[in-house]
Amino acid sequence: MDATNPSTSGTTDARRALVRLVDVNKHFGDLHVLNDINLTVTQGEVVVVVGPSGSGKSTLCRVINRLETIDSGLIEVDGTPLPEEGKALAQLRADVGMVFQSFNLFAHKTVLQNVTLGPTKVKKMRSAEARELAMTLLERVGVDSQANKMPAQLSGGQQQRVAIARALAMHPKVMLFDEPTSALDPEMITEVLDVMVGLATDGMTMIVVTHEMGFARKAADRVVFMADGKILEESQPEQFFTAPTSARAQDFLSKILFH
Amino acid sequence: MDALIDSIPRFVDGFEMTLLLAVVSGALSLVLGVVLAALRVAPLRSLRVVATVYVETVRNTPLTLVFIFYVFVLPTLGFVLPLGRVPAIIALTTYTSAFVCEAVRSGINSVSTGQAEAARAIGLGTVATLRLVVLPQALRSVVPPLINVLIALTKNTSVAAGFAVIELTSTGRSLARDNPSDVLLLLGGIAVCYLIITIPAGLAAGAVERRVVFSR
Repeated sequence: MDATNPSTSGTTDARRALVRLVDVNKHFGDLHVLNDINLTVTQGEVVVVVGPSGSGKSTLCRVINRLETIDSGLIEVDGTPLPEEGKALAQLRADVGMVFQSFNLFAHKTVLQNVTLGPTKVKKMRSAEARELAMTLLERVGVDSQANKMPAQLSGGQQQRVAIARALAMHPKVMLFDEPTSALDPEMITEVLDVMVGLATDGMTMIVVTHEMGFARKAADRVVFMADGKILEESQPEQFFTAPTSARAQDFLSKILFH
Repeated sequence: MDALIDSIPRFVDGFEMTLLLAVVSGALSLVLGVVLAALRVAPLRSLRVVATVYVETVRNTPLTLVFIFYVFVLPTLGFVLPLGRVPAIIALTTYTSAFVCEAVRSGINSVSTGQAEAARAIGLGTVATLRLVVLPQALRSVVPPLINVLIALTKNTSVAAGFAVIELTSTGRSLARDNPSDVLLLLGGIAVCYLIITIPAGLAAGAVERRVVFSR
Protein backbone atom coordinates (compact mmCIF):
# COMPACT_ATOMS: atom_id res chain seq x y z
CA MET A 1 0.00 0.00 0.00
CA ASP A 2 2.34 2.71 -1.20
CA ALA A 3 -0.26 4.87 -2.87
CA THR A 4 -1.57 7.87 -1.05
CA ASN A 5 -5.23 7.90 -0.37
CA PRO A 6 -6.57 10.93 -2.21
CA SER A 7 -9.62 11.12 0.01
CA THR A 8 -7.48 11.94 3.02
CA SER A 9 -7.41 15.56 3.86
CA GLY A 10 -4.39 16.69 5.78
CA THR A 11 -0.84 17.52 5.46
CA THR A 12 1.20 14.45 4.71
CA ASP A 13 3.01 13.75 1.51
CA ALA A 14 2.95 10.55 -0.46
CA ARG A 15 4.06 8.08 2.15
CA ARG A 16 3.01 4.60 3.16
CA ALA A 17 -0.45 4.37 4.73
CA LEU A 18 0.17 2.49 8.00
CA VAL A 19 -3.35 2.59 9.36
CA ARG A 20 -6.42 2.89 7.21
CA LEU A 21 -10.05 2.90 8.34
CA VAL A 22 -12.71 2.77 5.62
CA ASP A 23 -16.41 3.28 6.37
CA VAL A 24 -16.04 1.85 9.86
CA ASN A 25 -19.23 1.50 11.89
CA LYS A 26 -19.74 0.25 15.41
CA HIS A 27 -22.67 0.25 17.82
CA PHE A 28 -22.80 -0.27 21.55
CA GLY A 29 -26.44 -1.28 21.79
CA ASP A 30 -28.36 1.75 20.55
CA LEU A 31 -25.35 4.02 20.65
CA HIS A 32 -23.75 4.54 17.22
CA VAL A 33 -20.28 4.97 18.61
CA LEU A 34 -18.40 4.95 15.31
CA ASN A 35 -20.34 6.39 12.39
CA ASP A 36 -18.80 5.94 8.92
CA ILE A 37 -15.26 6.62 10.07
CA ASN A 38 -12.67 7.16 7.34
CA LEU A 39 -9.12 7.84 8.45
CA THR A 40 -5.69 7.21 7.00
CA VAL A 41 -2.50 7.61 8.99
CA THR A 42 0.75 7.51 7.09
CA GLN A 43 4.17 6.49 8.29
CA GLY A 44 5.74 8.92 10.72
CA GLU A 45 2.58 10.88 11.16
CA VAL A 46 1.30 11.97 14.57
CA VAL A 47 -2.48 12.19 14.64
CA VAL A 48 -4.16 13.59 17.72
CA VAL A 49 -7.80 12.71 18.23
CA VAL A 50 -9.80 15.13 20.35
CA GLY A 51 -13.44 15.54 21.18
CA PRO A 52 -15.95 15.58 24.01
CA SER A 53 -16.25 12.46 26.16
CA GLY A 54 -18.50 9.83 24.63
CA SER A 55 -17.57 10.99 21.15
CA GLY A 56 -16.11 7.58 20.25
CA LYS A 57 -12.46 8.60 20.20
CA SER A 58 -11.33 5.91 22.65
CA THR A 59 -13.26 3.30 20.69
CA LEU A 60 -11.59 4.52 17.51
CA CYS A 61 -8.26 3.85 19.16
CA ARG A 62 -9.28 0.42 20.43
CA VAL A 63 -10.70 -0.93 17.18
CA ILE A 64 -7.34 -0.44 15.46
CA ASN A 65 -5.81 -3.40 17.30
CA ARG A 66 -9.17 -5.11 17.62
CA LEU A 67 -9.59 -4.78 21.37
CA GLU A 68 -13.06 -3.82 20.14
CA THR A 69 -14.63 -5.43 17.09
CA ILE A 70 -16.40 -3.41 14.43
CA ASP A 71 -19.82 -3.97 12.88
CA SER A 72 -18.90 -3.03 9.32
CA GLY A 73 -16.13 -1.43 7.32
CA LEU A 74 -12.47 -2.13 6.79
CA ILE A 75 -9.42 -1.59 8.96
CA GLU A 76 -5.95 -2.13 7.55
CA VAL A 77 -2.64 -1.98 9.36
CA ASP A 78 0.33 -1.62 7.02
CA GLY A 79 -1.75 -2.86 4.11
CA THR A 80 -3.10 -5.96 5.87
CA PRO A 81 -6.78 -6.13 6.85
CA LEU A 82 -7.27 -6.89 10.53
CA PRO A 83 -7.39 -10.66 11.00
CA GLU A 84 -10.08 -12.42 13.00
CA GLU A 85 -9.12 -13.96 16.35
CA GLY A 86 -6.11 -16.24 16.39
CA LYS A 87 -2.40 -16.25 15.67
CA ALA A 88 -2.56 -13.70 12.86
CA LEU A 89 -4.33 -11.22 15.12
CA ALA A 90 -1.76 -11.70 17.89
CA GLN A 91 0.94 -11.12 15.28
CA LEU A 92 -0.67 -7.88 14.21
CA ARG A 93 -1.10 -6.68 17.77
CA ALA A 94 2.61 -7.22 18.31
CA ASP A 95 3.20 -4.60 15.60
CA VAL A 96 0.78 -2.10 17.13
CA GLY A 97 1.85 -0.64 20.46
CA MET A 98 -0.85 0.44 22.86
CA VAL A 99 -0.73 2.68 25.91
CA PHE A 100 -3.80 2.69 28.14
CA GLN A 101 -5.33 5.36 30.32
CA SER A 102 -4.99 3.12 33.39
CA PHE A 103 -1.42 1.95 32.52
CA ASN A 104 -2.34 -1.74 32.94
CA LEU A 105 1.13 -2.83 33.94
CA PHE A 106 1.20 -6.52 34.83
CA ALA A 107 0.71 -6.29 38.59
CA HIS A 108 2.52 -9.54 39.43
CA LYS A 109 5.69 -8.74 37.49
CA THR A 110 8.53 -6.31 38.12
CA VAL A 111 8.99 -3.25 35.94
CA LEU A 112 11.76 -5.03 34.05
CA GLN A 113 9.67 -8.19 33.56
CA ASN A 114 6.81 -6.05 32.29
CA VAL A 115 9.02 -4.85 29.46
CA THR A 116 10.73 -8.17 28.70
CA LEU A 117 7.57 -10.31 28.65
CA GLY A 118 6.59 -9.39 25.08
CA PRO A 119 10.03 -9.75 23.49
CA THR A 120 10.73 -13.10 25.20
CA LYS A 121 7.31 -14.71 24.87
CA VAL A 122 6.09 -13.28 21.56
CA LYS A 123 9.33 -12.66 19.67
CA LYS A 124 11.23 -15.51 21.38
CA MET A 125 14.14 -13.20 22.13
CA ARG A 126 16.81 -14.58 24.47
CA SER A 127 16.32 -13.27 28.00
CA ALA A 128 19.72 -11.56 28.25
CA GLU A 129 19.07 -9.72 25.01
CA ALA A 130 15.53 -8.79 26.11
CA ARG A 131 16.85 -7.49 29.41
CA GLU A 132 19.36 -5.30 27.62
CA LEU A 133 16.68 -3.95 25.30
CA ALA A 134 14.37 -3.32 28.25
CA MET A 135 17.02 -1.45 30.22
CA THR A 136 17.78 0.74 27.19
CA LEU A 137 14.10 1.58 26.82
CA LEU A 138 13.58 2.15 30.55
CA GLU A 139 16.55 4.51 30.47
CA ARG A 140 15.04 6.30 27.50
CA VAL A 141 11.81 6.93 29.43
CA GLY A 142 13.75 7.72 32.60
CA VAL A 143 12.70 4.91 34.94
CA ASP A 144 15.70 2.57 34.67
CA SER A 145 16.42 3.07 38.38
CA GLN A 146 13.06 1.45 39.21
CA ALA A 147 13.61 -1.67 37.10
CA ASN A 148 13.31 -4.19 39.92
CA LYS A 149 10.32 -2.66 41.68
CA MET A 150 6.75 -3.81 41.39
CA PRO A 151 4.40 -1.51 39.42
CA ALA A 152 2.39 -0.61 42.54
CA GLN A 153 5.52 0.92 44.08
CA LEU A 154 5.79 3.49 41.27
CA SER A 155 4.00 6.79 40.78
CA GLY A 156 1.38 7.03 38.05
CA GLY A 157 3.70 8.97 35.78
CA GLN A 158 6.45 6.39 36.21
CA GLN A 159 4.00 3.54 35.57
CA GLN A 160 2.80 5.15 32.37
CA ARG A 161 6.38 5.63 31.17
CA VAL A 162 7.05 1.95 31.88
CA ALA A 163 3.94 1.15 29.85
CA ILE A 164 5.36 3.15 26.95
CA ALA A 165 8.65 1.26 27.24
CA ARG A 166 6.74 -2.02 27.30
CA ALA A 167 4.98 -1.11 24.06
CA LEU A 168 8.22 0.11 22.44
CA ALA A 169 9.97 -3.16 23.27
CA MET A 170 7.95 -4.84 20.52
CA HIS A 171 9.32 -2.37 17.95
CA PRO A 172 5.80 -1.42 16.87
CA LYS A 173 5.05 0.15 13.52
CA VAL A 174 2.48 2.41 15.09
CA MET A 175 1.68 3.42 18.65
CA LEU A 176 -1.83 3.99 19.97
CA PHE A 177 -2.29 6.18 23.03
CA ASP A 178 -5.71 5.99 24.67
CA GLU A 179 -5.88 9.04 26.94
CA PRO A 180 -2.44 8.33 28.38
CA THR A 181 -2.42 11.23 30.82
CA SER A 182 -6.07 11.34 31.93
CA ALA A 183 -5.47 9.27 35.06
CA LEU A 184 -2.42 11.24 36.14
CA ASP A 185 -1.91 13.97 38.70
CA PRO A 186 -1.11 17.28 36.97
CA GLU A 187 2.55 17.35 37.92
CA MET A 188 3.10 13.94 36.34
CA ILE A 189 1.47 14.74 33.03
CA THR A 190 4.49 16.61 31.73
CA GLU A 191 6.93 13.75 32.26
CA VAL A 192 4.75 11.45 30.17
CA LEU A 193 4.08 14.04 27.48
CA ASP A 194 7.80 14.76 27.23
CA VAL A 195 8.43 11.11 26.44
CA MET A 196 5.67 11.17 23.83
CA VAL A 197 7.03 14.34 22.20
CA GLY A 198 10.40 12.63 22.07
CA LEU A 199 8.85 9.66 20.27
CA ALA A 200 7.08 11.93 17.82
CA THR A 201 10.33 13.75 17.09
CA ASP A 202 12.04 10.43 16.45
CA GLY A 203 9.53 9.68 13.71
CA MET A 204 7.21 7.21 15.46
CA THR A 205 3.78 6.89 13.87
CA MET A 206 1.31 7.78 16.59
CA ILE A 207 -2.42 7.99 17.11
CA VAL A 208 -3.07 9.85 20.33
CA VAL A 209 -6.43 10.29 22.02
CA THR A 210 -5.94 13.07 24.51
CA HIS A 211 -7.25 16.20 26.15
CA GLU A 212 -3.79 17.76 26.22
CA MET A 213 -4.08 20.52 23.68
CA GLY A 214 -0.53 21.62 24.41
CA PHE A 215 0.69 18.25 23.16
CA ALA A 216 -1.49 18.51 20.07
CA ARG A 217 -0.02 21.93 19.27
CA LYS A 218 3.53 20.82 19.88
CA ALA A 219 3.65 17.38 18.31
CA ALA A 220 0.65 16.71 16.09
CA ASP A 221 0.80 16.69 12.30
CA ARG A 222 -2.94 16.54 12.19
CA VAL A 223 -5.81 16.97 14.61
CA VAL A 224 -8.94 14.88 14.21
CA PHE A 225 -12.02 16.21 15.96
CA MET A 226 -14.74 13.68 16.80
CA ALA A 227 -18.22 14.15 18.19
CA ASP A 228 -21.15 11.71 18.39
CA GLY A 229 -19.22 8.97 16.64
CA LYS A 230 -18.31 11.06 13.60
CA ILE A 231 -15.15 12.74 12.45
CA LEU A 232 -16.27 16.34 12.07
CA GLU A 233 -12.97 17.97 11.32
CA GLU A 234 -9.47 17.07 10.25
CA SER A 235 -6.87 19.77 10.01
CA GLN A 236 -3.44 20.99 10.97
CA PRO A 237 -3.20 21.88 14.65
CA GLU A 238 -2.68 25.59 14.09
CA GLN A 239 -5.69 25.79 11.82
CA PHE A 240 -7.82 23.68 14.15
CA PHE A 241 -7.05 25.73 17.23
CA THR A 242 -7.27 29.14 15.62
CA ALA A 243 -10.00 28.67 13.04
CA PRO A 244 -12.13 25.56 13.60
CA THR A 245 -14.78 25.26 10.91
CA SER A 246 -17.53 23.24 12.60
CA ALA A 247 -19.73 24.71 15.28
CA ARG A 248 -19.21 21.65 17.49
CA ALA A 249 -15.44 22.13 17.40
CA GLN A 250 -15.76 25.85 18.15
CA ASP A 251 -17.96 25.04 21.10
CA PHE A 252 -15.60 22.29 22.32
CA LEU A 253 -12.54 24.51 22.06
CA SER A 254 -14.21 27.40 23.83
CA LYS A 255 -14.90 25.08 26.75
CA ILE A 256 -11.50 23.49 27.10
CA LEU A 257 -9.14 26.30 26.16
CA PHE A 258 -10.50 28.83 28.60
CA HIS A 259 -11.58 26.77 31.58
CA MET B 1 -10.17 -48.29 74.51
CA ASP B 2 -8.73 -51.71 73.68
CA ALA B 3 -11.01 -51.84 70.67
CA LEU B 4 -9.53 -48.56 69.45
CA ILE B 5 -5.92 -49.69 69.92
CA ASP B 6 -6.57 -53.09 68.36
CA SER B 7 -8.13 -51.37 65.37
CA ILE B 8 -5.17 -49.14 64.60
CA PRO B 9 -4.02 -51.17 61.56
CA ARG B 10 -7.52 -50.90 60.05
CA PHE B 11 -7.59 -47.20 60.81
CA VAL B 12 -4.30 -46.81 58.98
CA ASP B 13 -5.60 -48.70 55.95
CA GLY B 14 -8.76 -46.62 55.83
CA PHE B 15 -6.81 -43.42 56.34
CA GLU B 16 -4.46 -44.28 53.50
CA MET B 17 -7.35 -44.92 51.14
CA THR B 18 -9.09 -41.68 52.08
CA LEU B 19 -5.84 -39.79 51.66
CA LEU B 20 -5.26 -41.44 48.29
CA LEU B 21 -8.77 -40.55 47.07
CA ALA B 22 -8.42 -36.97 48.30
CA VAL B 23 -4.94 -36.36 46.90
CA VAL B 24 -5.40 -38.02 43.51
CA SER B 25 -8.90 -36.62 42.92
CA GLY B 26 -7.75 -33.26 44.24
CA ALA B 27 -4.81 -33.07 41.85
CA LEU B 28 -6.90 -34.19 38.86
CA SER B 29 -9.70 -31.77 39.81
CA LEU B 30 -7.28 -28.86 39.97
CA VAL B 31 -6.03 -29.58 36.46
CA LEU B 32 -9.47 -30.23 34.98
CA GLY B 33 -10.99 -27.30 36.87
CA VAL B 34 -8.42 -24.82 35.57
CA VAL B 35 -8.96 -26.09 32.01
CA LEU B 36 -12.74 -25.73 32.46
CA ALA B 37 -12.30 -22.21 33.83
CA ALA B 38 -10.16 -21.31 30.81
CA LEU B 39 -12.90 -22.67 28.53
CA ARG B 40 -15.52 -20.64 30.37
CA VAL B 41 -13.72 -17.42 29.51
CA ALA B 42 -12.65 -18.53 26.00
CA PRO B 43 -13.32 -16.19 23.06
CA LEU B 44 -15.20 -18.99 21.26
CA ARG B 45 -18.82 -19.22 22.28
CA SER B 46 -19.06 -22.96 21.65
CA LEU B 47 -16.26 -23.66 24.14
CA ARG B 48 -17.95 -21.48 26.74
CA VAL B 49 -21.24 -23.31 26.27
CA VAL B 50 -19.68 -26.76 26.64
CA ALA B 51 -17.87 -25.81 29.85
CA THR B 52 -20.90 -24.04 31.28
CA VAL B 53 -23.22 -26.96 30.64
CA TYR B 54 -20.73 -29.36 32.24
CA VAL B 55 -20.22 -27.21 35.31
CA GLU B 56 -23.87 -26.40 35.90
CA THR B 57 -24.93 -30.02 35.41
CA VAL B 58 -22.33 -31.54 37.69
CA ARG B 59 -22.40 -28.83 40.33
CA ASN B 60 -26.13 -29.21 40.82
CA THR B 61 -26.16 -33.01 40.95
CA PRO B 62 -25.76 -34.85 44.28
CA LEU B 63 -22.39 -36.56 44.50
CA THR B 64 -24.05 -39.90 45.21
CA LEU B 65 -25.79 -39.70 41.84
CA VAL B 66 -22.46 -39.06 40.14
CA PHE B 67 -21.10 -42.20 41.83
CA ILE B 68 -24.16 -44.18 40.77
CA PHE B 69 -23.63 -42.99 37.21
CA TYR B 70 -20.06 -44.30 37.04
CA VAL B 71 -20.62 -47.47 39.06
CA PHE B 72 -24.03 -48.65 37.80
CA VAL B 73 -25.12 -46.65 34.73
CA LEU B 74 -21.92 -46.51 32.72
CA PRO B 75 -21.47 -50.34 32.73
CA THR B 76 -24.97 -50.76 31.22
CA LEU B 77 -23.79 -48.49 28.37
CA GLY B 78 -20.83 -50.80 27.81
CA PHE B 79 -18.14 -48.94 29.77
CA VAL B 80 -17.14 -51.27 32.58
CA LEU B 81 -14.79 -49.80 35.16
CA PRO B 82 -13.05 -51.99 37.75
CA LEU B 83 -15.01 -51.66 40.99
CA GLY B 84 -13.34 -49.77 43.82
CA ARG B 85 -11.04 -46.79 43.77
CA VAL B 86 -11.01 -46.06 40.01
CA PRO B 87 -14.67 -45.11 39.61
CA ALA B 88 -14.47 -43.35 42.98
CA ILE B 89 -11.59 -41.16 41.80
CA ILE B 90 -13.36 -40.46 38.50
CA ALA B 91 -16.62 -39.55 40.27
CA LEU B 92 -14.89 -37.32 42.82
CA THR B 93 -12.86 -35.62 40.07
CA THR B 94 -15.93 -35.05 37.90
CA TYR B 95 -17.75 -33.48 40.81
CA THR B 96 -14.93 -31.47 42.38
CA SER B 97 -13.59 -30.06 39.11
CA ALA B 98 -16.84 -28.13 38.65
CA PHE B 99 -16.29 -26.39 41.98
CA VAL B 100 -12.61 -25.79 41.23
CA CYS B 101 -13.70 -24.25 37.92
CA GLU B 102 -16.06 -21.83 39.63
CA ALA B 103 -13.46 -20.83 42.22
CA VAL B 104 -10.83 -20.23 39.52
CA ARG B 105 -13.31 -18.40 37.32
CA SER B 106 -14.20 -16.01 40.12
CA GLY B 107 -10.46 -15.44 40.51
CA ILE B 108 -10.11 -14.73 36.78
CA ASN B 109 -12.96 -12.24 37.04
CA SER B 110 -11.20 -10.53 39.94
CA VAL B 111 -8.28 -9.66 37.63
CA SER B 112 -9.06 -6.38 35.89
CA THR B 113 -9.82 -6.67 32.17
CA GLY B 114 -7.06 -4.15 31.54
CA GLN B 115 -4.49 -6.81 32.44
CA ALA B 116 -5.73 -9.13 29.70
CA GLU B 117 -6.04 -6.25 27.24
CA ALA B 118 -2.46 -5.19 27.90
CA ALA B 119 -1.30 -8.76 27.38
CA ARG B 120 -3.18 -9.07 24.11
CA ALA B 121 -1.91 -5.67 23.02
CA ILE B 122 1.71 -6.84 23.15
CA GLY B 123 0.81 -9.81 20.97
CA LEU B 124 0.18 -12.62 23.44
CA GLY B 125 -2.47 -15.11 22.29
CA THR B 126 -5.45 -16.18 24.36
CA VAL B 127 -3.70 -19.11 26.02
CA ALA B 128 -0.49 -17.19 26.74
CA THR B 129 -2.53 -14.27 28.11
CA LEU B 130 -4.27 -16.62 30.54
CA ARG B 131 -1.14 -18.56 31.45
CA LEU B 132 1.33 -15.71 31.85
CA VAL B 133 -0.80 -12.80 33.03
CA VAL B 134 -4.32 -13.62 34.18
CA LEU B 135 -4.01 -17.00 35.94
CA PRO B 136 -0.93 -16.15 38.04
CA GLN B 137 -2.84 -13.17 39.41
CA ALA B 138 -6.13 -15.04 39.66
CA LEU B 139 -4.66 -18.01 41.55
CA ARG B 140 -3.47 -15.75 44.34
CA SER B 141 -6.99 -14.65 45.16
CA VAL B 142 -8.26 -18.16 44.54
CA VAL B 143 -6.19 -20.01 47.15
CA PRO B 144 -8.66 -19.63 50.05
CA PRO B 145 -11.77 -20.77 48.13
CA LEU B 146 -9.77 -23.58 46.51
CA ILE B 147 -8.72 -24.92 49.90
CA ASN B 148 -12.38 -24.88 50.91
CA VAL B 149 -13.15 -26.97 47.83
CA LEU B 150 -10.36 -29.43 48.69
CA ILE B 151 -11.53 -29.74 52.31
CA ALA B 152 -15.02 -30.46 51.03
CA LEU B 153 -13.50 -33.04 48.69
CA THR B 154 -11.74 -34.75 51.60
CA LYS B 155 -15.06 -35.14 53.39
CA ASN B 156 -16.84 -36.11 50.16
CA THR B 157 -14.53 -39.12 49.80
CA SER B 158 -16.78 -40.72 52.43
CA VAL B 159 -19.45 -41.22 49.75
CA ALA B 160 -17.14 -43.86 48.27
CA ALA B 161 -17.91 -45.96 51.36
CA GLY B 162 -21.23 -46.80 49.73
CA PHE B 163 -19.52 -48.02 46.56
CA ALA B 164 -17.22 -50.82 47.65
CA VAL B 165 -14.25 -48.68 48.68
CA ILE B 166 -12.74 -49.42 52.08
CA GLU B 167 -11.83 -45.93 53.26
CA LEU B 168 -12.23 -44.23 56.64
CA THR B 169 -16.01 -44.07 56.81
CA SER B 170 -16.56 -47.63 55.70
CA THR B 171 -13.82 -48.74 58.10
CA GLY B 172 -15.61 -46.89 60.87
CA ARG B 173 -18.89 -48.49 59.99
CA SER B 174 -17.55 -52.03 60.12
CA LEU B 175 -15.55 -51.36 63.28
CA ALA B 176 -18.68 -50.05 64.95
CA ARG B 177 -20.55 -53.15 63.87
CA ASP B 178 -17.81 -55.41 65.30
CA ASN B 179 -17.47 -53.45 68.58
CA PRO B 180 -20.95 -52.14 69.43
CA SER B 181 -19.91 -51.05 72.93
CA ASP B 182 -17.20 -48.66 71.66
CA VAL B 183 -19.12 -46.98 68.84
CA LEU B 184 -18.63 -43.43 70.09
CA LEU B 185 -14.90 -43.87 70.61
CA LEU B 186 -14.35 -45.54 67.24
CA LEU B 187 -16.32 -43.00 65.26
CA GLY B 188 -14.55 -40.24 67.20
CA GLY B 189 -11.28 -41.78 66.03
CA ILE B 190 -12.53 -41.74 62.45
CA ALA B 191 -13.45 -38.07 62.77
CA VAL B 192 -9.97 -37.28 64.11
CA CYS B 193 -8.47 -39.02 61.06
CA TYR B 194 -10.38 -36.63 58.76
CA LEU B 195 -9.16 -33.69 60.83
CA ILE B 196 -5.59 -34.91 60.38
CA ILE B 197 -6.05 -34.20 56.66
CA THR B 198 -8.25 -31.11 56.71
CA ILE B 199 -6.70 -29.03 59.48
CA PRO B 200 -3.18 -29.00 57.96
CA ALA B 201 -4.83 -28.13 54.62
CA GLY B 202 -6.42 -25.09 56.22
CA LEU B 203 -3.12 -24.10 57.86
CA ALA B 204 -1.28 -24.56 54.57
CA ALA B 205 -3.85 -22.32 52.91
CA GLY B 206 -3.14 -19.56 55.40
CA ALA B 207 0.61 -19.90 54.86
CA VAL B 208 0.30 -19.88 51.06
CA GLU B 209 -2.02 -16.89 51.23
CA ARG B 210 0.47 -14.91 53.29
CA ARG B 211 3.34 -15.79 50.98
CA VAL B 212 1.73 -14.93 47.66
CA VAL B 213 -0.07 -11.79 48.73
CA PHE B 214 1.00 -8.76 46.71
CA SER B 215 -0.25 -5.28 46.20
CA ARG B 216 -2.13 -4.42 43.05
